[in-house]
Amino acid sequence: MTFLETVAASRDHLSVGVVGVFIGLWIFLLTATGVGQVLRVTKPGKTITKVNQIIRAWWVIAGFFTAVMWLGPTAMVLFMGFVSYLALKEFYSLVPTRRADRRALFWSYGAILVQYFAISQDWFILFLLYIPLYHLLMGPMRLVVRGRTEHFVRSSSTIHWGLMLAVFNLSHVAYLMVLPMDGNPNGGGPGMVLYLIILTELNDVAQFIWGKSFGKHKVAPSVSPNKTWEGLLGGLGTTSVLSMIIAPVLTPMTTLQAFGLGLSLSMLGFVGDVVMSAVKRDMQVKDSSSLIPGHGGVLDRVDSLSYTAPVAFYFFYFQFYA
Amino acid sequence: MSDAPVPRPPLHTPLGWLRWLFFAVVIRPLVYVVLGLNVRGHEHLPEKGPALVVANHNSHLDTLVLMSLLSHQSLHLLRATAAADYFMKPGWLRWATLNLVGILPIQRKPGPGGERRPVEEVLAPIHAALEQGLIVIFFPEGTRGEPEKLQRFKSGLGHLCASHPEVPVVPIYMHGLGKALPRGDNLLVPHFLDIVVGEPRRFAGEPRTFVETVQDAITEMESDLGVEPWD
Repeated sequence: MTFLETVAASRDHLSVGVVGVFIGLWIFLLTATGVGQVLRVTKPGKTITKVNQIIRAWWVIAGFFTAVMWLGPTAMVLFMGFVSYLALKEFYSLVPTRRADRRALFWSYGAILVQYFAISQDWFILFLLYIPLYHLLMGPMRLVVRGRTEHFVRSSSTIHWGLMLAVFNLSHVAYLMVLPMDGNPNGGGPGMVLYLIILTELNDVAQFIWGKSFGKHKVAPSVSPNKTWEGLLGGLGTTSVLSMIIAPVLTPMTTLQAFGLGLSLSMLGFVGDVVMSAVKRDMQVKDSSSLIPGHGGVLDRVDSLSYTAPVAFYFFYFQFYA
Repeated sequence: MSDAPVPRPPLHTPLGWLRWLFFAVVIRPLVYVVLGLNVRGHEHLPEKGPALVVANHNSHLDTLVLMSLLSHQSLHLLRATAAADYFMKPGWLRWATLNLVGILPIQRKPGPGGERRPVEEVLAPIHAALEQGLIVIFFPEGTRGEPEKLQRFKSGLGHLCASHPEVPVVPIYMHGLGKALPRGDNLLVPHFLDIVVGEPRRFAGEPRTFVETVQDAITEMESDLGVEPWD
């Protein structure tokens, strides 16, 4: 047995492809760190200091991610539940809320438990319906009971929007992880999660690098002045090519499917990014918090994932599991 | 003043380690995970004593937030002033606040005969702590008062600083605890706190004018933050 096969055989949920891509990921991070340190000496400046800070935080994120993937589906459900909690807390601290909203906000945090419990039990219908339907119907009722009607519309809308972005959408990453091996013999749930995370995050990085290197024409000047057409198109190209390379190792997709999904995820990641930028601009803050040095808050890091995760999930689900 | 009792818990004892563990396992996760801090001016925080940390006061959690804000390595140097009439009633709360939180009890209320206590006597535990090189958290409003409203600072801060002109005074403005846990409500709803740490300053001029400059500094931090009225 090769090294990859030995490692993969030691964990039921990990395939050779997943282990191989993980090793590739760490080599990539190591290379980025090396380049960052060389540039620090040859071209010192503010930009490279900031980039190296971002790379350092990536080590921590990649470390957590690797550990969770190694531990398996239960760890992923708990981990994503925690990420949802942190993202939701940042969202609710950002948007305007009223004293009368406190009970409804508390219920929203409770929705995290329901959502991730449904995933852990593989209750697909509850997972699908709880936040978009049941909580949508009953959440505003908690505000009605409280009785304050001034800004009622604003509160009930923002509270539910936060739940959709930070909990419902992100929870699809966890559900992807618990899907059985038979729909995806190449990597099972972990293979699809790894595919989704790599494409989403590297798309962010690719858009940033293309934009920094060749960016001239602003794509959304009033919302996000750093976003350019060059970055967007560069990201689309890089991500769709990368998708075609890693898809056969991690998923059962054909090359054409991989190209299409790569293109979609790249576009969606961009949309998630600028939508959250608009929220922050409205609230007149730069980052949703300062938890991750160089990256901002958790919400800043997962805004694109919140848009890519559900779309990737339903594509995989209906193609290979329905 | 130098024969004042050593503030509890003493340094480097099992009780001190228990306190370190209590903050690491209970308080810091509460402050950083259940709540969450957005801090401006982190570089102004004192790392070693003696120092006086002066902040606005809205909630009992203020003390725990400030103690978690400073480096965990300097926890053994940290003491926070607290009202003796509130916390020093016999029982487990007294033991916990003295030994686990590490408060300096201050006698705000008149003595048994109803006589006003001289200010030097009231502040004696703080003088002693500063002389021993500790970092003391002090709330110059003297009470929690109305939620999210800054009250006029009492004169105690001026007396204190006049006796220790070499001790840096670090002004801090905190906002948001009233949203996470308003007074009179016992449901804690997770919410970020905004904290502004101002530049350290040292005593100069008259006690009363110095109190006013510190109060002005904190008021300015409040308006810089652009706190919106909450209702």
